[in-house]
Amino acid sequence: MLSTLQTPRSLSRFSLLLPSAATTTSSHFSSSSLPHASVSDQSSTVPPQSQILSIRHSLLSRQVTAVDLAQSYLTRLRLTEPQLHSFLHVPDDSAVLAEARELDRRIDGGEEIGPLAGVFVAVKDNICTADMPSTGGSRILQGYRPPFDATAVKRVKELGGIVVGKTNLDEFGMGSTTEGSAFQVTSNPWDVSRVPGGSSGGSAAAVSARQCVVSLGSDTGGSVRQPASFCGVVGLKPTYGRVSRFGLMAYASSLDAIGCFGSSVADAGILLHAIAGHDKFDATSSKQDVPNFLSHFVSESSLGSKPLKGLRVGLIHETIDDGVDSGVISAIREAALHFEELGCSVNEVSLPSFSLGLPAYYILASSESSSNLSRYDGIRYGNQVFADELDSLYGNSRAQGFGSEVKMRILMGTYALSAGYYDAYYKRAQQVRTIIRNSFKEALNQNDILISPAAPSAAYKIGEKKNDPLAMYAGDIMTVNVNLAGLPALVLPCGFVDGGPAGLPVGLQMIGAAFDEGELLRVGHVFEQTLKKFRFVPPIVADSTA
Amino acid sequence: MASTIFRTFQVQPFLLYPTSLLKRRNGVLFFTTTQKNQNPQRQTKKVSASATATSTQSKKLDKIPKNYEPIIGIETHVQLSTLTKAFCSCPYNYGSYPNTTICPICMGLPGALPVLNSKVIDFAVKLGLALNCKLAFNSKFDRKQYFYPDLPKGYQISQFDVPIASGGYLDVDIPVEFGGGHKRFGITRVHMEEDAGKLLHTENGNYSQVDLNRAGVPLLEIVSEPDMRNGIEASEYAAELQRLVRYLGVSNGNMQEGSLRCDVNVSVRPIGQSKFGTKVEVKNLNSFASMGRAIDFEISRQVQLHSQGQEDQIVQETRLWDEGTQASTIITITMRKKEGLADYRYFPEPDLPAVIISQEYVDDIQSSLPELPEIKRRRYEKMGLSMQDVLFLANDKNIADYFDATIAKGADAKLVANWIMSDIAAFMKNEKLTINEIKLVPEELSELIASIKGGTISSKIGKEILFEILAKGGTVKGLIEEKDLVQIVDPLEIEKIVDKVIADNPKQLEQYRGGKTKLQGYFAGQLGRDNATLLTWFITSADLFIMVV
Repeated sequence: MLSTLQTPRSLSRFSLLLPSAATTTSSHFSSSSLPHASVSDQSSTVPPQSQILSIRHSLLSRQVTAVDLAQSYLTRLRLTEPQLHSFLHVPDDSAVLAEARELDRRIDGGEEIGPLAGVFVAVKDNICTADMPSTGGSRILQGYRPPFDATAVKRVKELGGIVVGKTNLDEFGMGSTTEGSAFQVTSNPWDVSRVPGGSSGGSAAAVSARQCVVSLGSDTGGSVRQPASFCGVVGLKPTYGRVSRFGLMAYASSLDAIGCFGSSVADAGILLHAIAGHDKFDATSSKQDVPNFLSHFVSESSLGSKPLKGLRVGLIHETIDDGVDSGVISAIREAALHFEELGCSVNEVSLPSFSLGLPAYYILASSESSSNLSRYDGIRYGNQVFADELDSLYGNSRAQGFGSEVKMRILMGTYALSAGYYDAYYKRAQQVRTIIRNSFKEALNQNDILISPAAPSAAYKIGEKKNDPLAMYAGDIMTVNVNLAGLPALVLPCGFVDGGPAGLPVGLQMIGAAFDEGELLRVGHVFEQTLKKFRFVPPIVADSTA
Repeated sequence: MASTIFRTFQVQPFLLYPTSLLKRRNGVLFFTTTQKNQNPQRQTKKVSASATATSTQSKKLDKIPKNYEPIIGIETHVQLSTLTKAFCSCPYNYGSYPNTTICPICMGLPGALPVLNSKVIDFAVKLGLALNCKLAFNSKFDRKQYFYPDLPKGYQISQFDVPIASGGYLDVDIPVEFGGGHKRFGITRVHMEEDAGKLLHTENGNYSQVDLNRAGVPLLEIVSEPDMRNGIEASEYAAELQRLVRYLGVSNGNMQEGSLRCDVNVSVRPIGQSKFGTKVEVKNLNSFASMGRAIDFEISRQVQLHSQGQEDQIVQETRLWDEGTQASTIITITMRKKEGLADYRYFPEPDLPAVIISQEYVDDIQSSLPELPEIKRRRYEKMGLSMQDVLFLANDKNIADYFDATIAKGADAKLVANWIMSDIAAFMKNEKLTINEIKLVPEELSELIASIKGGTISSKIGKEILFEILAKGGTVKGLIEEKDLVQIVDPLEIEKIVDKVIADNPKQLEQYRGGKTKLQGYFAGQLGRDNATLLTWFITSADLFIMVV
């Protein structure tokens, strides 16, 4: 089924992976400092292809060895990491190369290889890995090594994926810039003076800068989608329950979802297929069948003139309203026009409850996090501060272990759950959540997919919102409702706004019905393959391969 | 894959993954701190040794002035005997080496999630039905949040506003020696929750150790209505609950191992006052006897304060029952004062789906319930057994089953009860055996009783056979044949022998007729000695008397 995608083009795109292919990319970007300019050069742009499928083809046909492939990624990783700081932990080259050698041996021996064989996968550091530290970006877990792999990681490894490292994040996923990490600030590959978004900023930056092929993130209120938008990559937040949360350090259990980053819709879909499905270790994971998400993909060359004919697309009115960057609005309106060109009917839909999502989200997420983070008490694992007395042991361990954003959310959540306040805050927010869920359901009865920006602006400067948490929270307006409704959403780059050395990417969010990731991916793939105006490869990739 | 990891993890958790812990000493988790309340206020009361050791119920009740009414409610935690813990696949075995039956889930490691063991629901529904409760067909779990080193996640998974069962009652027969009577105590609610680990404090108090073996073991918490009025009622309620969980097979109900733990709330109010007095919680009650004593002590403590006009000194607090090393000293100690209501910040557990049960499921469980103690007692009562017999037999399910199996073979209920309660009970006591361990099976007891009733053997021979089988096994028929113990049943034959004994002992006969009735035994002996192989104690003293007279 996947082989239908194996167009000759994907092989030519594969050359981008290798240092020797630098000329391909640099020539593309050298035509202008702004990718907008490439509009005039449509014939030369090639839509993004599945790196995973290219790698598989190249390995099986022995055009390239797994070791060479690994070397090329490691080289770029080492080259770009000093500027980006995407990773909190990268294993020794020798460990990765040993895995690659073993893979080469198996291919040479004619053995079966998994669908992710040789694929470099980065994993957000709040997802547990048995052979690497997992800190959640928090001082309180500095040096902590879990005794088990998260289910998603286990499945990636079982399918042959090579975990290339643990990516930076806002502490325990709480933040929208990755500045909330206890250890380092990650830069946006499009402009290193800007944030990559968050909280999965490290995972988004790593894919954007091609430090890895795909990556795992987590999305509680937009933590996959907003950084995908900021970094110009594809980000997929699956339906709640689609992917096991076992091994994901809980932030807000009823909202948390492990999500996927890729440089193409196909890669995000392949990664989702690898990690999705029921897990007996997560009671909230769904028993819904996991279809082959790519089975309905049609390669670009065989698309008709109206490949999305009849698809009803709803543009959420409240998301292109006041407070949203005008460049973002025009990029989304362009995207809407593109949908119409593809044969869709696009209508604006109003979700009156949309603005309620933000306060409801911050109450529910804070409440759950205040409880979920209680286990970091310094007793069994993590950093313990010695004290003469139990309360001080708890207090000091937590005071020194947690950062300020985490402390603030614990305080807010504890307050919202306290006797006398529960009804006014937590319970009320749950009622709002029900209203939001129903309004999405209704809107998705009228429309096949809903679209909106993934964030009200493109990537902003590091430090710009660090001391203004409310401004940062407001940036989550586009994404939190989807978590409250438990729906799947796909973000893919759709345009640019001015800024940085090469413009800043803007992400389009597509929201689908529960467990209908297949449709989102199919539509997203067509959109991506037909959007020939833009290339979403950041300048740092060209620099690093030069 | 993950389960393999867990299994390895359980065997040597800290050697395999040392970095997940800070300190390790002999597999025990450590944290260093001193305990608060190092010198708890002790309130000691000297009570005479006779009062503690041998006091009777009437004596205790006498201590409570008639113008005060004690109000007692009980919260019971029953540890369920499921094969694995409530939310992970670790086993739980009481007394295991610390931290050997733990995994990432019950340790509360980052990223670990609970998955409900469905047996917990089965057991909760069983007990809910047995307690005549209304079941919640749609309930849920909640998080009860507080910090303590034995609570790995910083919250306990429990049920808050929608317990699985509520609004039931428990019927209890108060033993005859405590005044008898039938009582019905209300059950407020039954809910499911997980147990916490244990703290082990060192002698010098420098540090404490955490043992998480017990963390995550499933519990049912049963909250009674405040329906008890004295220590006996309270301990009988608890004993009946223990009986019930054992009958149902949901728990071993062992108080010493902590499988059944009772926390008692005691308050006292002047008769006629409708408002409840301030309630005091008493913990650390590890037997029914200590429970009764602790309650009666607490009642008298509170009544004393009331009668001295110092009722304001009764504060809402938790007191620990401590019988101490000296039997003459029984005390309760202030463990912690409750300043206002603790705020546990309950909210619905987002990691677990709602607990939805169907009528069909409930019906299945209902039909699988065994005969419960109360119903059994009423049935035995209808057989004409005395309340003492009824309680003896029904209190222990194994004995009741043995009894039922014996009468099912046609034996007379009263006779079976007598045999079980006298000779068999004495044998079990001496040999420290349970009824399931003795070699006399119900079929043989029934056969024995039938043989006596049918006249094949006498009661005396019956007893010999009983003890023979109890000790060595075998069948009644086999032993009768083997030892040639069939008694003479021909009256003429017996008459001849009796006549001979009387003729041989004229002097004794004279004395007997003169009123020395003790000689019955002498005659019996003569009958037996001279005819050892033939004659048994079929001829009772009374028979002799009739014949002689």
